[in-house]
Amino acid sequence: MSGYYDSDDLARFAEIGKDAPEMARKFFDYYATVFADGALSEREKSLIALAVAHAVQCPYCIEAYTRACLEKGSNLPEMTEAVHVANAIRGGAALVHGVQMRNIAEKISL
Amino acid sequence: MSQASPSFLQTLRAHGLELCKAAVNTLQVNTGYLCNLACRHCHLEAGPSRSEVMSRSTMADVVACARRIPFETVDVTGGAPEMVPDIGALLGELAPLAPRRMFRTNLVALRENMGLLDTLASGGWNLAASLPAVSGSQVEAMRGHGVFEASLDMLRALNEAGYASGDGLELHLVANPAGAFLPPAQEAAQKHFQRELLRRHGVRFNSLFVFANMPLGRFKSWLERSGNLEGYTRSLRERFNPAVVPGLMCRTLVSVAWDGTLYDCDFNQAAQLPSSSVRHISELAAGQPGGDIPTGDHCFACTAGSGFT
Repeated sequence: MSGYYDSDDLARFAEIGKDAPEMARKFFDYYATVFADGALSEREKSLIALAVAHAVQCPYCIEAYTRACLEKGSNLPEMTEAVHVANAIRGGAALVHGVQMRNIAEKISL
Repeated sequence: MSQASPSFLQTLRAHGLELCKAAVNTLQVNTGYLCNLACRHCHLEAGPSRSEVMSRSTMADVVACARRIPFETVDVTGGAPEMVPDIGALLGELAPLAPRRMFRTNLVALRENMGLLDTLASGGWNLAASLPAVSGSQVEAMRGHGVFEASLDMLRALNEAGYASGDGLELHLVANPAGAFLPPAQEAAQKHFQRELLRRHGVRFNSLFVFANMPLGRFKSWLERSGNLEGYTRSLRERFNPAVVPGLMCRTLVSVAWDGTLYDCDFNQAAQLPSSSVRHISELAAGQPGGDIPTGDHCFACTAGSGFT
């Protein structure tokens, strides 16, 4: 069955540089720097990436960072809490925009 | 048509490498496959139903070998060596024969045989204790219900007995990933384990060794059943690191099985690949064995990334 998302495409990520190698190189250099050990550990950065992957709903990123989190020593309770953090921000962001709805409703209502 | 993946031996040759024995400094003694646990990642398929344990006669061969060859390290493992009859006598006889002594425990078996703790401590045996994760659910998925709390109890008892207290008795932890993925970097994992075990459970230890799971035995059966074998072996192959080959433990270690058969490592024992030269512990002399080390595709697990610690 064909589909927009194919797990095998994850391993082909580097092909994005075929027709724009300089931009791809800069992106991948930056990417590698972002995820290197720094003020935050690689393990912590992978948990953040997992949460963000859920927020942006990228199946490739979810697959890559589920594996990365496990390979960096995280466990399912930690990973599940990270997903809840993403969900809380997504849900909270929707709800806080409700103030705009209320402002507009109040403005145009008698 | 897809091309078959190169074997471990072909991969070595493609890098201009050979795997041959160097000067042997470690005697590893596998006392048998009897164990109180049946861990899902066990490459030896050890468990409560296994009856193979080292006899007193083979133990005598092991001790005689350690007397005639000056090993730097003697490393006793299993199965659960705590469950082997006469294990205390073997430890007592081996203790004076090597400057460094290591005893491998799953913690739960030692907790059920606390009498052995005096023998270990007085003989200066350092411990390598299995604890796959700091998460109870991950540990118990691999090792069985109730194992996490029992392991923590035993670790606290070992701290009380002087292990990891800075007085010479070392307590090392051994962690394997809880599934078909590779282990974390050792230094980062050690920091994480030390912080979590001390903060949450009041446990201290000296260092953590992280090992990739071997695609052998019960773990291989699970990989096959779960459809993970191809992806896992591909991950190991892709991370082949030629720089670690000269330092592989099989080059400097002999591993004697419960029946006295010699192997170049515990994994070759699981794969039924005996040493190519000397076949029995009673025949081993100083300077032996030389020659090539038999290999299989499981060897990719020892050469992935930074290698097998």
